[in-house]
Amino acid sequence: MSLIEIDDLSVTFNAKGREVRAVEGVSLSVAARESYGLVGESGSGKSTILRALCGLAPVTGGSIRIGGEVLRMPRGPGFSRRVQMVFQDPYASLHPRHTIDRTLSEPLAIHGIGGSDAKVVKALTDVGLPTSFRFRYPHQLSGGQRQRVAIARALMLEPEILLLDEPTSALDASVQAEVLNLLDRLRAERGLTFLMVSHDLAVIDHMCDRVLVMQHGRAVEELARDDLAAARMTTAYARSLFEASADRMLDPAKAPA
Amino acid sequence: MSLLEVQNLRVTFDTETGPVQAVRGVSFSLGRERLGIVGESGSGKTMTGRSVLRLIRPPGRIEADRMVFDGQDLMAASERDMRALRGKRIGMVMQDPKYSLNPVMNVGEQLTEGLRRRDRIGGAEARAKAIAALEAVQIRDPERVMAAYPHELSGGMGQRVMIAMMLIPEPDLLIADEPTSALDVTVQAEVLSILDALVRDRGMGLIFISHDLRLVGRFCDRVLVMYKGRVVEELEAKHLTEAQHPYTRGLLNCLPRIGGPRGPLPGLDRSGDWAQEGVA
Amino acid sequence: MTTLRAWLTDPSPSSRRQARLGQSYLAWLRIRRNRLAMAGLVIVGLLLLVAACAPLIAPHDPLVQDLSRRLLPPGTPGNLLGTDDFGRDILSRILYGSRITLYIIALVAVTAPVLGLLIGTVSGYFGGWVDAVLMRITDIFLAFPRLILALALVAVLGPGIGNAVLAIALTAWPPYARIARAETLTVRNSDYIAAVRLQGAGAGRIIWGHIVPMCLPSVIIRVTLDMAGVILIAAGLGFLGLGVQPPMPEWGLMISSGRKFLFEQWWVATMPGLAIFLVSLGFNLLGDGLRDVLDPRSAGK
Repeated sequence: MSLIEIDDLSVTFNAKGREVRAVEGVSLSVAARESYGLVGESGSGKSTILRALCGLAPVTGGSIRIGGEVLRMPRGPGFSRRVQMVFQDPYASLHPRHTIDRTLSEPLAIHGIGGSDAKVVKALTDVGLPTSFRFRYPHQLSGGQRQRVAIARALMLEPEILLLDEPTSALDASVQAEVLNLLDRLRAERGLTFLMVSHDLAVIDHMCDRVLVMQHGRAVEELARDDLAAARMTTAYARSLFEASADRMLDPAKAPA
Repeated sequence: MSLLEVQNLRVTFDTETGPVQAVRGVSFSLGRERLGIVGESGSGKTMTGRSVLRLIRPPGRIEADRMVFDGQDLMAASERDMRALRGKRIGMVMQDPKYSLNPVMNVGEQLTEGLRRRDRIGGAEARAKAIAALEAVQIRDPERVMAAYPHELSGGMGQRVMIAMMLIPEPDLLIADEPTSALDVTVQAEVLSILDALVRDRGMGLIFISHDLRLVGRFCDRVLVMYKGRVVEELEAKHLTEAQHPYTRGLLNCLPRIGGPRGPLPGLDRSGDWAQEGVA
Repeated sequence: MTTLRAWLTDPSPSSRRQARLGQSYLAWLRIRRNRLAMAGLVIVGLLLLVAACAPLIAPHDPLVQDLSRRLLPPGTPGNLLGTDDFGRDILSRILYGSRITLYIIALVAVTAPVLGLLIGTVSGYFGGWVDAVLMRITDIFLAFPRLILALALVAVLGPGIGNAVLAIALTAWPPYARIARAETLTVRNSDYIAAVRLQGAGAGRIIWGHIVPMCLPSVIIRVTLDMAGVILIAAGLGFLGLGVQPPMPEWGLMISSGRKFLFEQWWVATMPGLAIFLVSLGFNLLGDGLRDVLDPRSAGK
């Protein structure tokens, strides 16, 4: 049975009388311990699906099921202990006036879980940060370090599902590699299920087992990793995306674009 | 004769905790060719581009042994001389058209502003030039775009308008600071091909600043790799795969590739001497 | 001293207290670079010092009358700033009056911003009808000129220093509510708020722990800049006889009673006026300096 089931989901925003259909009739399912990718360009609705899962976007049609249960609004406390999210911008996802210690111990405090002292220290070491960072503020950390804190925070409540919204797109290339490796390791160690969003097909290919290509709020094509690597896509849009991304591979003969 | 010569460029910021060096002794020369400057954040690549146009405000300071553009000494030039150079002979295209185009003026006004003010060309002639520039960047209905405001344009369209705006005065040198980083992948290819054609046809010099080593390798003739304010390697683009410096090799290898191996990505080994702060 | 400095600037603090003190120390260093802000700080510091030590430094009792020594000019031996129409030493009255000024400022600074902050953040966070109702109430208070509203409240409550403070505080909170609401609307959509909501935090925790700290810099700056206005309103109420009552040496009251002699014995009204001017200037300079320090854009990444 799938852990995440999204069935004919539609999300429509109402901005000053104008309707924006961010997501239209998208269906997908993610098995437990699987890593599933959503890829598309800006405006494709991929991030909106994650937000809809969290209850942060207005769902106007379809349903979302986690472990077979339909999600209610507002999401109960049980939801936070099953699903957590890592946001895109490491500069914006940590509270600028809270120390790292406070940021990491807050989820425990909200749910009344004790032993936060030891858990915070363990969380820092799990993501490869020195414990001396514990009482620093976010502005004293680099982008990659902040993203590690964001990952540590997401794992404090020991969720089964991790939603990742472009977790490395704001990071430098070398730092991206480190963070992706960290995510891979954590997923293997904890048996997590990933639902990852990215505009970078290479990142998705590296991290995910299956991929859904989206455009203008609709699902275009679902591909398994092998099919993606071998360019066995059937729709024109997926192919154009592949070609634009694969073009980035270093070509010694400089061909005019 | 080379178009631009820079020797030992240094950019320092005086903060309350002491001076911070953003660029530490960068030297390069540029003819009518394409030079790529690649680096991660904090490498000083954007500061280098801005120094050429002397666009850095206090508390930042620009110092250089030599900075000469087409025979004119940029370090000794007055602000007035620099204003005459900027736009007319050296143009700059920036990353996000949302932030680099004036949101309260429509595209037509922005394109013709420079022509009418600086070159004192009449309204009708300026408009004709603007429309020709928009057509040169492959905008199919230039009349409609002329009347539009920046927020009504898509990212790719906005960036094309930016390029058109910078190319109207027909500069000799174009500095492009991450011109395609804010664009979708499919649009990037289009905009790059437009830039490619224009630079080739007009015989301009191009400084292409980016964090994407592979992209720059495809697009430029020569590549400068920067790290923490210094140039760590300078090489021809076609020899990029044979790069010697550990940082360059690390950058090349650390990116995931479609169809690549699934194991951990090789990280960057920052233990070498080149990574330390004080080393030349 | 250097070990304390090293402890404060330690890049890896080992406790929350050390981290917080370290950030405050860095903010202090930033303020120190701004000369005008330091001047403001000195003036405000002097006000606090004078208020604390008034009994020790005042040469005479501020309330004792000596009708044989009325209206003596400044520079008279024993009365540096002259005497008023009851023979009381003006310098001593100004020094003791600083206590009253400080009392008023402190009470207003503690009540009005807190009330405004609460209303503004709740209004901004919940939006919808809560926002509409609270903001309309704020609009009603904002529509009246502050002095007129304070006057009306004092007329209802009766004169006296306590009621004057209450009246001023009740008219001072609306701008803080506005500021807090504006900040809240900006902050509300940030990723860090989304993250803590996803962790299951309730509205109370989010507003108090996450949104209020982001509103504090604007509110603090506004408080220091407002202090000048508060002093003037208190002086205005005193001038009109509706605030502090005679014979208390409140500065506004002193100006009022010195009005009759403004042309021949100008010092009776002018000296307290200068005191008000100086203190207002001090708070304004300090507020400007704090804005440079607390402005998030200059607070470095």
